[in-house]
Amino acid sequence: MPADIFLSNRNPEITLRQKIWQLNWGLVILLCLIAGVGFAMLYSAANGSMSPWASRQLMRFGIGLFIMFVVALIDVRFWFRHAYLIYLGSLALLVAVEVMGTIGMGAQRWIDLGFIRLQPSEVMKVSLILALARYFHGVSMEDIGRPTYLMLPLALVMAPAALVLKQPDLGTSGMLLLAASAVFLCAGVRWWKFALVFVAGLAAVPIGWQFLHDYQKARVMTFLNPENDPLGAGYHAMQAMIAFGSGGVTGKGFMQGTQSHLNFLPEKQTDFIFTMLAEEFGLMGSLGLLALYFLLLVYGFAIAFRARNQFARLLAIGLTTNLFLYVFINMAMVMGVFPVVGVPLPLVSYGGTALLTLMTAMGLVISCYIHRDIRISRRGTAEV
Amino acid sequence: MLQKNEDNERHRAFSRRGLLLGGAQSLLLAGLAGRMYYLQVVEADRYKTLAEDNRINLRLLPPPRGRILDRFGYPLASNRQNFRVVLVREQAGDVERVLDALSRLMVLGEHDYKRVLREASRKRGFVPVTVRENLTWDEVSRVEVNGPDLPGVSIEMGQIRDYPYAAGMSHVLGYVAPVAERDLTGDPLLELPGFRIGKNGIEQKYDLPLRGAAGNSQIEVNAYGRVIRELNREEGKPGDELVLTLDGGLQTFTHQRLLGEKSASAVVMDIENGDVLALASTPSYDPNAFNIGLTVKQWNNLINDPLKPLNNKATTGLYAPGSTFKMVVALAALKAGISPDHRAFCPGHMTLGRARFHCWKRPGHGWVDMIRGIQHSCDVFFYEISRKVGIDNIAAMARQFGLGEPVGIDLNGEKGGVIPTRDWKLANIGEPWQGGETLIASIGQGFVLTTPLQLAVMTARLASGKAVTPRLTRGVRAEGEGPEGGEPPVPDFATLDVPEAHLNIVREAMDAVSNHPRGTAYRARIQEEGWELAGKTGTSQVRRITMAERAAGVTKNEHLPWRRRDHALFVSFAPVHKPRYCCAVVVEHGGGGSKVAAPIARDLLIETQRRDPAGRPSMPILAVGLPTQQG
Repeated sequence: MPADIFLSNRNPEITLRQKIWQLNWGLVILLCLIAGVGFAMLYSAANGSMSPWASRQLMRFGIGLFIMFVVALIDVRFWFRHAYLIYLGSLALLVAVEVMGTIGMGAQRWIDLGFIRLQPSEVMKVSLILALARYFHGVSMEDIGRPTYLMLPLALVMAPAALVLKQPDLGTSGMLLLAASAVFLCAGVRWWKFALVFVAGLAAVPIGWQFLHDYQKARVMTFLNPENDPLGAGYHAMQAMIAFGSGGVTGKGFMQGTQSHLNFLPEKQTDFIFTMLAEEFGLMGSLGLLALYFLLLVYGFAIAFRARNQFARLLAIGLTTNLFLYVFINMAMVMGVFPVVGVPLPLVSYGGTALLTLMTAMGLVISCYIHRDIRISRRGTAEV
Repeated sequence: MLQKNEDNERHRAFSRRGLLLGGAQSLLLAGLAGRMYYLQVVEADRYKTLAEDNRINLRLLPPPRGRILDRFGYPLASNRQNFRVVLVREQAGDVERVLDALSRLMVLGEHDYKRVLREASRKRGFVPVTVRENLTWDEVSRVEVNGPDLPGVSIEMGQIRDYPYAAGMSHVLGYVAPVAERDLTGDPLLELPGFRIGKNGIEQKYDLPLRGAAGNSQIEVNAYGRVIRELNREEGKPGDELVLTLDGGLQTFTHQRLLGEKSASAVVMDIENGDVLALASTPSYDPNAFNIGLTVKQWNNLINDPLKPLNNKATTGLYAPGSTFKMVVALAALKAGISPDHRAFCPGHMTLGRARFHCWKRPGHGWVDMIRGIQHSCDVFFYEISRKVGIDNIAAMARQFGLGEPVGIDLNGEKGGVIPTRDWKLANIGEPWQGGETLIASIGQGFVLTTPLQLAVMTARLASGKAVTPRLTRGVRAEGEGPEGGEPPVPDFATLDVPEAHLNIVREAMDAVSNHPRGTAYRARIQEEGWELAGKTGTSQVRRITMAERAAGVTKNEHLPWRRRDHALFVSFAPVHKPRYCCAVVVEHGGGGSKVAAPIARDLLIETQRRDPAGRPSMPILAVGLPTQQG
């Protein structure tokens, strides 16, 4: 019975009212601010119109807020108990799109749910961290030093990473690996093991290069030398930099961005929306949004440090790192310091799945905050 | 308890590493902030420039080409609205369907149909493709009325050069045509699609002032080159309006009069100031055809026509002047001290060494003096005096009258002709001068070659005694009468180094040619009192008459094929006692000068004096120099 989730009789001291009272409102306001920036930019991207992007994004954000609250209010132990189940479900979805793709619908990465197109790879970003947090919660510091105890979590990471890479989605696959490493790191995995994996990864680069698609190779080459091909693949990267730089300190004004409104800027409503913000609001705007994200990350880290159980700590830090990866990769990409890999700017870029998974992740982080004082035994029983 | 301690240990490890992770993330974000500073502050100016370059296109606005006016301000070349149908593919949707609908409203050839389809598929969707140019009013209104059924179709208005006199003026005006590769000078105007420049005649010579200066329009374009809006507009300067010396009416009359012959040319000039009043050459061509673009067939017909319609024969046609040269020879003789009363006996021929030189009149003229010699055009008289004078003296006199080198009219490609001397022959032929050649030169045959324009200038100089040079342009049209507008100054021609007494003898002889009942051109005299002309006939052979022909008696021109007939020439001025206008006529293979050329000259001079262009007020002009272009 659902109410049981909120009012667990094993935690009689936390009532639903207290939970709502405990909700981290500062974080919610921050999220709304960032999303607000997104609506404004989508409004501008459509040349001063709510349709087609801003209004739909607004609706999705509403749904996202609702989901976030529901997720936040659910007892963190519920998520603990069902972490593997959620992971397996996500993995099944990933396999499902893979199978559908091979059956003949092309390189499809999503499942149509009517109001959004669900990308299992996005869902997996949250599920993987849940599963890893659950796993490392139950492993002692001693055991973490033993390689055999790392076999299972590595398998948990590699299975979805390989599936996503095969889609092919280099960006998401990389983000899965990086977010997972953050959980590994904070769980206490030895430094030299990271070093080992890093060296092995470097050695694998030339081999991995063989498996890249031509367009992926082109993107990397373009990133390494964008001026080499100003009218071809480097054109968009160049135009994005021009848009960004031409904003100057104060920007060209809301809806006055020439690069964005004259279509020199590619994907201005999705991956390159930050460029548009930078063009129209200048350094003030870009630094401002960066500061908002920074505050969001600070909240995430603070919640992780404050939690009394390892699961919540790892979950909060993993999800916050995931958010960081979105922000960093997207901004670095549009500013020409990272290859164009197709990572949206969280809460701002137009797109359903990323928004909803992010709001779910934020819900989990808030849940970690609300249930921060709950202790969970290594085997999963609660202690107060 | 054990588990609690262990959890504390994990918590400490977590906190350490979490702080490390947070620190690393903060550093990376700081790096992003640094990158923002670099792009938006350090490099901002460079990117701002690049962004402006991206969005702003300069578009040239072609200036309207200056009109060309006749001396009274009537347009000889102007600009006419040109309506064309254009089609924008992305608005049309189904291009073939729209074209089918269009072809029901106007004539649309198979060729055009295919070209439009080809262009439409090749160009970007929003670039208009010209379907047809030069629509009639009827077609324009039919397209406009059916607008709703013709998506993407619109009527555009451009300007096209218009020559109202058509073929009547083409050799003077020339024509405009699209710019060729070799015409490019770096002026961006020339690279504008559809831009046309002067390719011949006045249009070519004064292309620069007629062209004007381009305006420009700053337009904002998007990434696909579509025009968003105009940011700024600077109107160009229209081309100068050029006023010519021609009298449009007289020019038309001249052209029409020459059309009676197969191939002819004529020049009418104002003796006092050198104004060229009419300059015509037939057959001619329609310059309007060049505007739209000639077909290969039309072009081949023009250049392969044996009558050379593209050539301006008045300035580039070279003809032996024949007897019209005799005045020059007479003046050279007078200068050499031969008395005007010197008499020679003409038996119909003259023998020099083993060669026999014939007079055109087989029975001979008997005793003739200088005036009779010109009046009857006795060849033997001139054979005799030229022997005494020598070719070099004749050449020196000829040069004073503008022969032997271009007289310098405002048209490219003017020919200079040939006035032979001993040195000339040695240098150009490589052989010494023969005595007999002086005799042949004295009747304007042999090496002597002149253009009709040179003959007109020669006549003007005979009549005025001054070194008259022709002019074709008066200047740039002045906006109003006012102080800045006026007449071009009357040129101060130098006086020729020929005594007036000598000139009077020649003038008297020319008077006799036309007005004495026994003159060679008496039948082509002007009977209106006060308008009488003085002239000189010329008939120049284009072949040697063989002994066999003489024996057989086939010397009548009418019996020869056209190509081998004599050229007919006539030079004249009027009124005889107060010369104002002069006229030179050359009819190619026309036969005798008196029979063919003189009547034309008479009609031209009657019309000239009737119109009296010099006596009527003309278009005021600005006193400015005009830059010209060599071609």
